[in-house]
Amino acid sequence: MRFLPLVLANLLRKKARTALTAASFAIALFLFCILVTIRASFNQGVDAAGADRIFVTNRTSLIQPLPLAYRDQILKVPGVQAVSYANWFGGVYQDPKNFFPQFAVDKDTYREMYREFRIDDAAWQSFQSDRTAAIAGAALARRFGWKVGDRIPIQGAIFAGEWNFLLVGIYEGTKANDDLTQFWFRWDYLNENLPDGYPEGYVGWYSVRMAAGADMVEICRRIDERFANSAWETRAQSEKAMAASFVKQMGNIETLMLAVGSVVVFTLLLVTGNTMAGAVRERTSELAVLKAIGYGDRFVLGLVLAESLAIAVMGGALGAGLAKAFTLAGDPTGGMLPVFYLPDAGLLAALGLSVAVGLFAGFAPALAAMRLEVATALRRL
Amino acid sequence: MARVGATAPSEALICLRGVAKNYRRGSEDLHVLTDVNLDVDRGEFVALMGPSGSGKSTLLNLIGGLDVPSAGIIRVAGDPITSLSRSKLTTWRARHVGFVFQMYNLIPVLSAFRNVELPLLLLPLSKAERRERVATALRVVGLDDRMDHKPRELSGGQQQRVAIARAIVGDPTFLLCDEPTGDLDRHSADEILDMLHHLVGDFGKTVLMVTHDPRAAARAQVTFHLDKGELS
Repeated sequence: MRFLPLVLANLLRKKARTALTAASFAIALFLFCILVTIRASFNQGVDAAGADRIFVTNRTSLIQPLPLAYRDQILKVPGVQAVSYANWFGGVYQDPKNFFPQFAVDKDTYREMYREFRIDDAAWQSFQSDRTAAIAGAALARRFGWKVGDRIPIQGAIFAGEWNFLLVGIYEGTKANDDLTQFWFRWDYLNENLPDGYPEGYVGWYSVRMAAGADMVEICRRIDERFANSAWETRAQSEKAMAASFVKQMGNIETLMLAVGSVVVFTLLLVTGNTMAGAVRERTSELAVLKAIGYGDRFVLGLVLAESLAIAVMGGALGAGLAKAFTLAGDPTGGMLPVFYLPDAGLLAALGLSVAVGLFAGFAPALAAMRLEVATALRRL
Repeated sequence: MARVGATAPSEALICLRGVAKNYRRGSEDLHVLTDVNLDVDRGEFVALMGPSGSGKSTLLNLIGGLDVPSAGIIRVAGDPITSLSRSKLTTWRARHVGFVFQMYNLIPVLSAFRNVELPLLLLPLSKAERRERVATALRVVGLDDRMDHKPRELSGGQQQRVAIARAIVGDPTFLLCDEPTGDLDRHSADEILDMLHHLVGDFGKTVLMVTHDPRAAARAQVTFHLDKGELS
């Protein structure tokens, strides 16, 4: 601590240079944190997916339906504890840019299947008693200023016509990465009001909860086997695998992040390394004097590294802090990234990156300062 | 009394025997110092004169442990510093040597107080002890009312006085002054020389001073001349 004034004084020697270098760190780390947030958003489904849930879809494609009659047959598969089902609706609320996921869900089983969402009993009872009832996620309700009792008109894009819903409840999550942007309404309401040409009694997918200790692979195999060679063959897979394959369809986010992250780190190394090299060069005489009066090589090494680290951590913390504040404001894409939050691990990674880059960028100049020959440096004065 | 040329062992505070320093420039060997024998007793004020390139500063660097000789031995208070490792030499410097340079070499972003405090940060002293010692050193050089000033807010003479305060604050065994008046006007130079004289006369300090200025050298008790690496 007794050397802190020396470090601070050196940092404030060229305020503009220190500020600009720290600002470059802040911008780079802000970008890094946003990339981490986007990655987390894409992977949210994978992270939030239930470890004991199986997702059953039509083998041909997710958009092909499955008969409702499969529900009872799936329930008979050994190891299956509960079955629920839902349909993708794909409607438009007021404007096509107001995207949010809408699901027609089974009023009897859906709440029990997705226990990570908190819905109060009164709201769920209302949902079960009113055919036009709907429940919205808290973030979605906040986005459009909805409150319980509001009428929500949605224009069907797949299922044509105007659909009117009564908002009877708002659900909350139990984890930071729970998706609070969904809109649920009753599957039986959809089924009874299908436009011409749509057959009744079909669902989009089944969600299956397996019993504790059951073998997921075996259950998936048995479900698919049961419907093999039928008109609607199934693909059963863990909910996590399903979410992961969905992310994969978006492209290789990891590679993109790695590429952008590498450019960011490399640029920071150049900027900070150059700054610290300049700072050491212009202070050769001071460093020589410090050594002359008894400061050791390691101290001088530490002094330069401490300055580099301080710039990096100040800039990094600022960038990460701004990114956190930005993500707290919610999804900036209007629904494409429903769970837009910076995980704590991402925040720590950003700060860790700052420290690593600060140390690495300062190392060469610090080494040069450490190796400075006092007599030679003083002769140059 | 300080002397040159003696080869027998001595009890002098600073004792050099057969000291040589060679540098290599390309394929050429430069013999900067040749067989230097010097004794300086405690409490003496010694001046070293000589033309540019005669090896004055090199000799000062060797005595101050900033450089190592190519041959010979240097003893300070009986301890051979030529056998110390680089890190031990650094520690030795902190304890035994106070440096005063021609260009003052203060840290421009630190106040006079902080500049003088620098050598004390290496010692196991409390903040209060450091403050007291710095205040004393600045009082000795007559700048206790300027302790919060940055170097750029001080005149050249005042900056050199701060540098002297920095050199004496750790109560070193001796002071090495490399052209301490070289960048000062006559009046300021006289003040600095008075101060060095005061440190020798009243505080018993030992001072070795390199100078080009005969008037400065005249203030020392003994003056040696260095020419082509040989001391006389």
